[in-house]
Order: sequence, then structure tokens, then C-alpha cells
Amino acid sequence: MSVTLSHPSIAILGGRVLDPQHGTERVQDIYIADTRIVGIGVKPDGFIAAHTIQAKGLTVAPGIVDLCARLREPGFEYKATLETEMAAAAAGGVTTLVCPPDTDPVLDEPGLVNMLRQRAKASRGPRVLPMGALTVGLKGHEITEMAVLTDAGCVAFSQADRQVEDTQVLYRAMQYAATFGYTVVLRCEDHHLTKDGVAHEGEIAARLGLPAVPPLAEVIALQRALSVARATGVKLHVARISTAQSVALLRAAKADGIKVTCDVAVHHLHMTDMDIGYFDARARVVPPFRGSADKAALRAGLVDGTIDAICSDHAPVDEDEKQLPFSEAEPGVTALELMLPLTLKWAEEHKLPLAQAWARISTGPAHVLGMGMGQLAVGAKADLVVFDADAWWKVDAGALRSLGHNTPFLGLEVKGRARHTIVDGEVTFAV
Amino acid sequence: MNHPQLNAKGELTHLLSIEGLPKAILTRILDTADSFVSVGEREVKKVPLLRGKSVFNLFFENSTRTRTTFEIAAKRLSADVINLNINASSASKGESLLDTVANLEAMQADMFVVRHASSGAPYLIAQHVAPHVHVVNAGDGRHAHPTQGLLDMYTIRHFKKDFTQLRVAIVGDILHSRVARSDIHALTTLGVPEVRVVGPRTLLPAHIEDMGVKVCYTMEEGLRDVDVVIMLRLQNERMKGALLPSAQEFYKNYGLTPEKLARAKPDAIVMHPGPMNRGVEIESSVADGKQAVILPQVTFGIAVRMAVMAILASADAGGAA
Repeated sequence: MSVTLSHPSIAILGGRVLDPQHGTERVQDIYIADTRIVGIGVKPDGFIAAHTIQAKGLTVAPGIVDLCARLREPGFEYKATLETEMAAAAAGGVTTLVCPPDTDPVLDEPGLVNMLRQRAKASRGPRVLPMGALTVGLKGHEITEMAVLTDAGCVAFSQADRQVEDTQVLYRAMQYAATFGYTVVLRCEDHHLTKDGVAHEGEIAARLGLPAVPPLAEVIALQRALSVARATGVKLHVARISTAQSVALLRAAKADGIKVTCDVAVHHLHMTDMDIGYFDARARVVPPFRGSADKAALRAGLVDGTIDAICSDHAPVDEDEKQLPFSEAEPGVTALELMLPLTLKWAEEHKLPLAQAWARISTGPAHVLGMGMGQLAVGAKADLVVFDADAWWKVDAGALRSLGHNTPFLGLEVKGRARHTIVDGEVTFAV
Repeated sequence: MNHPQLNAKGELTHLLSIEGLPKAILTRILDTADSFVSVGEREVKKVPLLRGKSVFNLFFENSTRTRTTFEIAAKRLSADVINLNINASSASKGESLLDTVANLEAMQADMFVVRHASSGAPYLIAQHVAPHVHVVNAGDGRHAHPTQGLLDMYTIRHFKKDFTQLRVAIVGDILHSRVARSDIHALTTLGVPEVRVVGPRTLLPAHIEDMGVKVCYTMEEGLRDVDVVIMLRLQNERMKGALLPSAQEFYKNYGLTPEKLARAKPDAIVMHPGPMNRGVEIESSVADGKQAVILPQVTFGIAVRMAVMAILASADAGGAA
């Protein structure tokens, strides 16, 4: 059953409510009117629910804020469309998503950003926040009109998966961003060290004869980015780290007072290079799945707060692009609908209270953006997800709304599924 | 996960890699090859084991030599052989690998012999062919060249008899070598107690020691008291990209000369998968010397490839396990 009413008042009754900001949980009713939460535990005077969600046995939490999901528009509509991926996000409990600028054309001028936001607004689903390109065409030569792009709605500036090779350009881009308090987002990788590499430099790559991506490629680029961040005072967000050494470097950088935050892709919490198996292209991802010590360090860094956020790194890929020899297959994992169960799995395996773990996909990423989402308070935006934390489901093509079915979890059973997703007081998904 | 090479009865249905194959299967291939060596010495060099079967040589990467030995092997088994050089046809027209294979399968192929520049490509093909169709990996990227590994084992067994008493050194560009990887798996599976890899760090993959080999950086250390020296081909393109300064300097450090070979046991054999670069990885006097068994390798290679194809054709068509 899908709900089509727009902005009716909603009562969510009897759910176990998570407050990630305070790390607490309690069975409470929640009342929503217009776009905001108007009551928690206490029904406001005169409140009449147009729509009631019986949440007994279910969990209610601030909606997921995803720092990296590719909607494939504009330019790559054959892989996925905005509508399908927005629906996938809603079904995954995602209420805000940030999309990187590596579309075609690149998001480096305000017209494109406006168009994308209009397209997203016309389609029911999460709030879409574009990241603008840090350099024109992501080419790493000239900086973009960051103020104009910010006015158009960009929330940060990123190079997506491309690098700024010229350190002076990087230095100036960060200086400029720092002037106005913009956040710079970098995925750190020295492309000279990566070259045609497709798998973690370890025993598996050695055995399978796959060109390797050394951890050094990430570490060197990260050290450079941290140095420039320190020199410029910019707010730096390091996207999708993959190595144990990166976790250690970031822990030290934070202790040292550098204004840096970071995230990890959700699949990196569960997969290693072993999962490549016999050249399974579904495990072809950038950065590559690394060794078990790296996986352990990422999980621990997330527990102790060195890593601020988990992102989906959602990248729907056409089946034809995956039915190729491993090295030739397009990298990427479809993940919007797996954020919730895979985060729960990590929390459960670490015996972490769910309200605390949930911060990594709500208040944590909101803090990275300098925005107030993820809060559970009267007056806060009504971005919520109601989910069944105990529902097992099988990840298969029929169960996914994304056009991409490219996930190494295909065929596996996972636990935790959204039942209702609410964005700005509007139900965007219900089953 | 299904075994990629064995069927439910544990029979070999594809030959994709030496890794993961039990010793009994390797030994059976070598024993079967024994019986085929004599076929090549007869006046009528044919047996009817693959009569009526179609073997497609699918070479996505050029190799006249390997393709020819597979062609001879298939013909001696009385198969019909179709050679396809895909570089020059479908791939350049944008047809995908699996489409090419599906089209050829529709022409009633019974066996594909595949060479491809990407590691793992034959696995993808093996996963998508009908259960009665067999796939032989004739070299994929840096990953594996299992028939070369098997013919190397055949050669070693022929000259040295017992694997369990040997020291074997593999020298040169291990990083890019599918032959090295197949040899390492075959040698360790067959019980060779000490396998060494010898080369500069730029040509050794990180974590190669996890494959059960000893890493040596000098020929002095690497060749000491070995029974078998396997030299690898050094591609000219390795001089680009800062892997090596020059062919001359490589030869100085790792080229096999009589002086360096003197470190090995007096009866050590010298092998090379071909084609050789004389004066780059091996000196002519060694390549043509009495310790070299490089030409017998080629002869045995045909018998070993016949054995592989005959064994695959005899597997139950029930499909992979």
C-alpha cells in the first residue's frame, strides 16, 4: 500500500524511538505536523492525526543521511534514472542524500545544479543535496565559482574520484574554500600509484594476478591533503577511506586539531579482498576491498568516532558492464537499500547500542555537512524512518528498487528493513 | 560456491588454474601425457579420442606458438579445430566477450581454448557455457597458464623423477608472469619442498611469499644448490614505467650465464617457457647447453595438452558441481 497524501499530520505510535544525538532509546509516540516534529511522547493540544502509523515492535529513528550516492543524472541514464534511485533511497530509509559532481556534464556551474535540484524535487524521495565540483570539469586546473554554486544549492565541493594533481591548485582551492567556510571533500588516492590497479595489494591480488592498488596510494594522498588542510584551515572531509593506516592518520590529525572529518563506505565494513573469490566482478569497487586488518581498523575507527559517517557509495552499474573480466568490469556497488541492514549488522557485531550506532548514518553525516538533520527534537525537521530491525530479507534483483543489482551481497540474507520513510513530514515510502 | 573447474563427481570439467586442483588430478594428467608422448613418435600421429568434436581456439591476445601447440594437440586427438584471432574481428567491432562466446557455442563448439589479456576472463566464460562445453585456459592476464605449468611439471618429472626432493628457482619477471603463478601452484601441490622466486623487488608481487615461496633478490642466493632453474621471458615494455633501468642491467644481475648456473647443482636442468630473449634473460651458451631442456618442453607440451583435452572430454556432462 502506498500513501499519496501530501503533508497530512502524522502520528507514529508505540515505536522504539532512537535518539542518536544522545545515544538513547525509549518507547514513545511521535507527532508530526506540516514539515516538523511537533511532539515526542506528549501529544500536542488539539493534534488530530490525518494518518497514523502503528509502530509497535518497530524502530523509529531520524532518517538516514547519505554522504555519497550517485543518481546517474545527468549523463548516465542508461545505468539508472533519478526516479529509480530516489525510490531506492526512500525504500532504504534515506531522507537526505548528497550526490557527487562527477555527472556528465560535471556539476561545475549553477544551471546544472539548479536543473538537478528541480528534477529531484519533482520526484518523491529524499532531499537531494549536490556537491559542486572543486575544479572546473574536475580537471584540477581552475577553481569553480564556489559562491555562485553555493547559492545554487551546493553543500560542499568535491573532486569525486578524480584528483588535483597540481598541489598549488589544491592549496589555492582549499584557501579559497576556507575563506568562505566551505567544506572540501576529497577521496584520497594517488593515481600514479593506482594506475591500472583493480584489487588490494595483498595475497589475493598476487594469486589472482590482478594489478594491485597499494594502501600507499591512499595514505600518501591523505597525508598531502591533511598537510594542505592544516596550512589553510579549511574544513576537509575525507571520503571513503579504506586502509588501517588512514584511520590512524585521521585519528592523529583530529587529535592535532586539524578540521577534518571522514567517512567509510558501508560495504567496506563487511567485505575484504577475499570476497573477490573467483574474479567476482560484483566485488570490483573503488577503493578496493582491502585486507581483514583494514576492515577491523575501519570498524574500530567508526566505534571510537575517528570515522564520522557511513555512506552508501551507491553506484548502480548496468549488468553488461559487470559481465566482463574483473579488470574490465566497471567498479561500483548498489547500496542505498543496504545502508540500513549493513549498519545494523556492524552495530550488532560490535554489541553497540543501536541509538549510538545510528549516529553514524544520521547526526554524524549531518555534522559533516554542518547541517542540523538527524536530530530527534520538537521543532526539528520531520525526517524519519520507521523500520523493522528484525526483518530478514534476501538481497536479490526482485527485492531491489535500484536499477543496479550490482552488489556482492546478492543472494545473501540481511536483517533490517524500512517500513515507512518520511521526509519533511511527507511519507516517501510505505509498505 | 560452486567449484569452477570440477563437476559434482570431482572430475575436471574445465582447466582454468592449477590452484585448487588436487594432486591426484595433476598426476593423472601427467600420467595420461606419458601415453601420448609416443603418439607423436608414430608414423600416424593420431588417436580418435576427440573425433567429431569441435575445438575452438579463442585467442583474444596473439600467440602463434601456444595456439599452434593446442592446434596440433587437438588434431592428434582427431578433433576439428577452428582458430579465431578475436583481436582482429569481433572485439574490434564492440561485441562483448560473452556475446562472442555465445555465438560460437551456437556453432556447436565442444571446447574453447581461451587466451585473454585480462586475468580471470576464462572463469567468466566457463560460468556461462553449457554444461557439456569445456574451457581450457591458455593464458589469462597475469593469472594463470595451467597447461604451461603442467608441461613444466611433466618436464621436471621426466628428468628428475621425484618432486619431493627438489629445489626449484623461478627467475625474472614474476609480477607479470602467469607461468610463474601456475608453476608455483603446481610445484607446491606436487610436494616440492623449496620453491624460490628470484628477481628485483619491482618485478615481484607484494605478498608473493604467501604463496609458499622463498623470495631471493640475487642469483647467488637464489640458484644455490637448486635442481631446476625456470627462466621467465622479460618483455621489452618492462623497461618503461621505471620497473627496470635497462635490459643490460637486468642481464647483469639476473641473466642466466654459465657462471651463475654454476651455483646450481651440477645436474640442474634449465627451463624456459619461450620465446627466449637471448642476451636478456639467458645467454646463448646456456640456452643451447647440455643442461637446457627447453626444446623437450615444447615436445612434451603437445602431449600434455592432448592429455588435458582428452580428460576434459571424458568428464561427465552433468556440469560443474
